[in-house]
Amino acid sequence: MDALYFWILATITVVASVLVVGQRNPMHSVVLLIVSFCALSGLYVLLGAQFVAAIQIIIYAGAIMVLFLFVVMLLNVPTEDPPTGYHARLFGGAGPRRVGAVLSLLFVVQLAWALRQIQGAPLPSRAVQPSSDVETIGLKLFTDYAFAFEATSVLILVAMVGAIVLAKKEKA
Amino acid sequence: MLPEPTFNSYLMLSAVLFSIGTAGVFLRRNLITILLSVEVMLNAVNLTFVAADRYYGSVDGQIVVFFVMTVAAAEAAVGLAIIISLFRHRESLSPDAFTSLKW
Repeated sequence: MDALYFWILATITVVASVLVVGQRNPMHSVVLLIVSFCALSGLYVLLGAQFVAAIQIIIYAGAIMVLFLFVVMLLNVPTEDPPTGYHARLFGGAGPRRVGAVLSLLFVVQLAWALRQIQGAPLPSRAVQPSSDVETIGLKLFTDYAFAFEATSVLILVAMVGAIVLAKKEKA
Repeated sequence: MLPEPTFNSYLMLSAVLFSIGTAGVFLRRNLITILLSVEVMLNAVNLTFVAADRYYGSVDGQIVVFFVMTVAAAEAAVGLAIIISLFRHRESLSPDAFTSLKW
């Protein structure tokens, strides 16, 4: 049964991600990315990481993607404008795009080769797993990773101040 | 019957997702879509961490995922603020419009 769920969720994730990259309208991209994130959180549940699955929905699909939606609606740029003029020939033309495609293909080949080196190891069954519930994660987060946790809070403060300063309207 | 997912299939899936994200960054000409592709890449890495956690039987990977999500939130906030201020200057979201070092 797990196998069926895995393949369904994996297919949804990959198809939605391909469509995210393929859409011309950023609005559709954002909504499709939410679909992809929901399928990914299903995969986290399959892996026995319920806390991460919940966080994926609440923070990623709920908070970050809403931020993206706000900006897409605020800027109101429905479609990608086709490249024109000098810069089009230099950066947006067929040549640079082809280089990008070749680079991505090269990357895929490299990753596939690297992963072929590992043999397909079966995952240990969930019964022999140590518990990965919120209590265990919370204890580790506030003892072993306490410094990283505090550093993250400073990072968020800096990001908040930075976002306000950058997006503020300049006085004419 | 479908093959049972192994550690390798999770790694493969995350490699595919990461490649899709990379292709998006390389090929798209829209700053918002490029940021979304970066989010796809971050999620691919998160999947690797969680799968490795299950494989090795620890929770450290899940804690790293927690931090990755926080950094992604900070990145999205600052990145979108930069996009808004760039859009005010040029009325465009194409990265080709922002090739000068100073305006």
